[in-house]
Amino acid sequence: MTDSTLRPRSFQEIILRLQSYWAGQGCAMLQPYDMEVGAGTFHPATTLRSLGSRHWAAAYVQPSRRPTDGRYGENPNRLQHYYQYQVLIKPSPPDLQALYLGSLAAIGIDLALHDVRFVEDDWESPTLGAWGLGWEVWCDGMEVSQFTYFQQVGGHDCAPVPGELTYGLERLAMYVLGADHVMDMPFNDPDAPIPLTYGDVFRQTEEEYSRFNFDIADTGVLLRHFEEAEAECAAILAAPAQDPKTGKRIVMAHPAYDQCIKASHIFNLLDARGVISVTERQAYIGRVRALAKQCADAFVQTDAGGCVG
Amino acid sequence: MPDLLIELFSEEIPARMQARAADDLRRLMTEALVEAGLSYAGAAGFATPRRLALSVQGLSAASPTLREERKGPRVDAPEAAIEGFLRGAGVTRDQLEARDDKKGTFYVATITRAGRPAADIVAEALEQVIRNFPWPKSMRWGTGTLRWVRPLHSILCILTDEAGEAKVVPVEIDGIRAGNTTRGHRFMAPDEFSVTSFDDYEARLKVARVILRAEERAEIIRQEAGNLAFAAGLDLVEDAGLLEEVAGLVEWPVVLMGEIGAAFLGLPAEVLQTSMREHQKFFSLRNAATGRIERFVTVANIETPDHGATILAGNQKVLAARLSDAKFFWENDLRRVREKGLEGMAEGLRDVTFHNKLGSQADRVARIAALAREIAPMVGAKPDLAAEAARVCKADLQSAMVGEFPELQGLMGRYYAQAAGHDDGVPEACEEHYKPLGPGDAVPSAPVSVAVALADKIDTLCGFWAIDEKPTGSKDPYALRRAALGVIRLVLGNGVRFDLFDPLSNQLERNEKSAHNVKEADSARAIDKLKKDIGGATVGTVSVRAQSIRIINGRRVHGRAPDLLAFLHDRLKVHLRDEGIRHDVIDACLAMEGNDDLTLLVHRARALSDFLKTDDGENLLQGFKRANNILTQAEEKDGVEYSYGADVKFAETDEERALFAALDTAEPQIAAALTSEDFAAAMSAMAALRAPIDAFFDAVQVNVESAVIRRNRLNLLSRIRSICLQAADLARLEG
Repeated sequence: MTDSTLRPRSFQEIILRLQSYWAGQGCAMLQPYDMEVGAGTFHPATTLRSLGSRHWAAAYVQPSRRPTDGRYGENPNRLQHYYQYQVLIKPSPPDLQALYLGSLAAIGIDLALHDVRFVEDDWESPTLGAWGLGWEVWCDGMEVSQFTYFQQVGGHDCAPVPGELTYGLERLAMYVLGADHVMDMPFNDPDAPIPLTYGDVFRQTEEEYSRFNFDIADTGVLLRHFEEAEAECAAILAAPAQDPKTGKRIVMAHPAYDQCIKASHIFNLLDARGVISVTERQAYIGRVRALAKQCADAFVQTDAGGCVG
Repeated sequence: MPDLLIELFSEEIPARMQARAADDLRRLMTEALVEAGLSYAGAAGFATPRRLALSVQGLSAASPTLREERKGPRVDAPEAAIEGFLRGAGVTRDQLEARDDKKGTFYVATITRAGRPAADIVAEALEQVIRNFPWPKSMRWGTGTLRWVRPLHSILCILTDEAGEAKVVPVEIDGIRAGNTTRGHRFMAPDEFSVTSFDDYEARLKVARVILRAEERAEIIRQEAGNLAFAAGLDLVEDAGLLEEVAGLVEWPVVLMGEIGAAFLGLPAEVLQTSMREHQKFFSLRNAATGRIERFVTVANIETPDHGATILAGNQKVLAARLSDAKFFWENDLRRVREKGLEGMAEGLRDVTFHNKLGSQADRVARIAALAREIAPMVGAKPDLAAEAARVCKADLQSAMVGEFPELQGLMGRYYAQAAGHDDGVPEACEEHYKPLGPGDAVPSAPVSVAVALADKIDTLCGFWAIDEKPTGSKDPYALRRAALGVIRLVLGNGVRFDLFDPLSNQLERNEKSAHNVKEADSARAIDKLKKDIGGATVGTVSVRAQSIRIINGRRVHGRAPDLLAFLHDRLKVHLRDEGIRHDVIDACLAMEGNDDLTLLVHRARALSDFLKTDDGENLLQGFKRANNILTQAEEKDGVEYSYGADVKFAETDEERALFAALDTAEPQIAAALTSEDFAAAMSAMAALRAPIDAFFDAVQVNVESAVIRRNRLNLLSRIRSICLQAADLARLEG
């Protein structure tokens, strides 16, 4: 186990320390979801598992994409692809704030030396039909995490209430490591035989995707994919719960939710391509929300969603 | 008399809700205690980021015992009725007393309601208050059902008697049992400790690095920030709202001063200030000589072994990242403006919807420009310049800076207009055309600014009038009352003379045209889609019916203009009422022709209001009313209108002749004064009529036998009436 009093030396060490800290708190260490998402919240381990009565504790890294934030790798802290660290515990434990502060200490933030504050920030995801109350956590004036008590997801009240923690890993790591530009941040140990910076790993992809997202992505294809994902989601949910082959009751909440994730990411790409007007924007968001709501409705009909019988 | 202390200890309460919550706790608890029969000497509420507290001094130890007599059925009533009465009153038959009154003998029950100890009442009241607390937004947590602003962790609730003995009030809410303990600062003194009274609580909190009183925290911040600024030779930019917010973000304020990187000192002061305030909650320190913002003050919530060095370094770094963004926006915007001008920047407004029935921001800008050109001559501005200013006044909405900081709209317009080489009133118009924003905001006076500001507001009003989205009751989503007051203050503040019907009619027409174009475009799109769907069949177009233009007194007046003018008149009444002008005085002036010239209208109203405050004015009004009454009655009775033909040769008395003479003198004076719109002079000429009118009514009877004399006298009264009515419709005045 790493000595948490020593400052971490690389991006990956911060991730490893968070993993070991939250594993130590009893969370299931999940892996990233294998689809393009805008934030760690979209992982079904957060959205869907927030619903229903079953208890849950999970943590994972989630690669996230925000096409409009692409800056060709030039901006010191804006990226179209970045990592979030996500923790979801349901029901929220009474000492969640203390647990969270423990995680900051674990990655080398000395709480006696820094100014950590919980500043009001109500969280809302119009595309997920979700909202919660909480804070953005400031460390010396910088936002290092989002801390939210989910109240509703997909239009359903959350009961019990999950506590969600989201760390923007690049920003947090830059702060802890003292890096001024994200691309200069050590990815692995600087003394490793082959030391790599964040830029060594991601500068080229940032450039490629920035160009693709802004100028190349085929909007006709994207529009079609959006509609297809929407239709597929509805078709999956329309299938009868009773599976004729196995004779079991199988509500396909997760496959349907995949299509919702897909539609959401396509919407983000269309947005980056600048083909969505202000009025259309609301309509698209509403369409994705409708999918999220249907998936939530389906999930609470499943075993994992707490449905008995 | 015991003292009560309550503390509700929770996770961080949003700063903006704290003051209100402390007050709600005090109000709701004391109301509930009084309702239950307790009295108290004083109460105060407190809030920090993690706690709400209430101190009640001199609370009665118990509620008084109450006796109540209840009259029951007659003694000979059926048994069932008596049983029912016993049950309802909660007494037994041997406790009943038989009493006689006029109607017979009745049972009377005496019900004694025993006083209750304060602790029981407090416990009940607190549970009710917590469960129904009026948070603007509340939440659940864990597995519970209780709602609070953020998770509630502990409740301290004690009653302290005169001997200083503290007892915990037994309350338990959703598993949280009240005690006599609390905790100090999250990082500096997290351990639990117990308290015995409010004074003890406040003192121990201070030892545990928590300052209970928000105003004390704010004062520390203000003082220390001022001291740091003074030591650096700078001025603290006062910001009461920020001070209150920051005092709500810390339990133990530690004030630190930091540097703004040299690379950013060239940014406009407002940009630095806004970025630091909005994003970082920093105070700005200004160099009094240069006006530039040179340093910042931040407030931490912790004392550290390195005296805040790490915290300050972190904050400076975050600020540098923020300001690099701002600098990037600023430089990009400036480059765009230099290359393409403000018109180039404004191009994107075509793609921004102003309202889905009224088209884009670019459509709106074009309408404003057309109107500004028409208004310009009346406010002393050059028409071309006013139109140009209007065309670029909203260009900054397309700048990256305003995209990031919407509150800098207008101000950035001024900077960018200057950068585009304007030095002709256009930069000021960009900034000032939004003004006045509220009743307290200054009214612009530069001619180009006035022209564009008026055009902007008139267009807003006409637009929503054209599509029937007028304010109703308390609903005014487009702030049209504010726009109307803006028009009024711009006109009156600058003494602008124009007949509002003209700009209102023109702009209503323009807005109807915009609405029509939008509908056409919408239906064309719908038809295209329909054609695609049904394979190219012909579909008719949709037409929009515009309100017609009418000719009133030789002027073109749009059908909706009178209603809009009436709305402006209503706002004007409210505005003038604040000035002390009675609504009936305004009504009397509104009844006159030319009431769409607000400046004229207000001159008239002020003169009339002043006149009525004088003895002459009040008496003349009575004289006028008397004349008018006699005349109206006679006219109704005779079925004719007495309007002219009074002749002095039929005058019989001196008083009558004197009145003729006075009218002959006053008439031309009043006419001349009114022609030159000198209402004060007109009214003082009217004042000269007061004595002869009074004398006339004292000495002369109007309705006499002789028809000739009577008619002559009625015609004389008619002269009084018509003279008086030239200044204002005095018949509408009360009293």
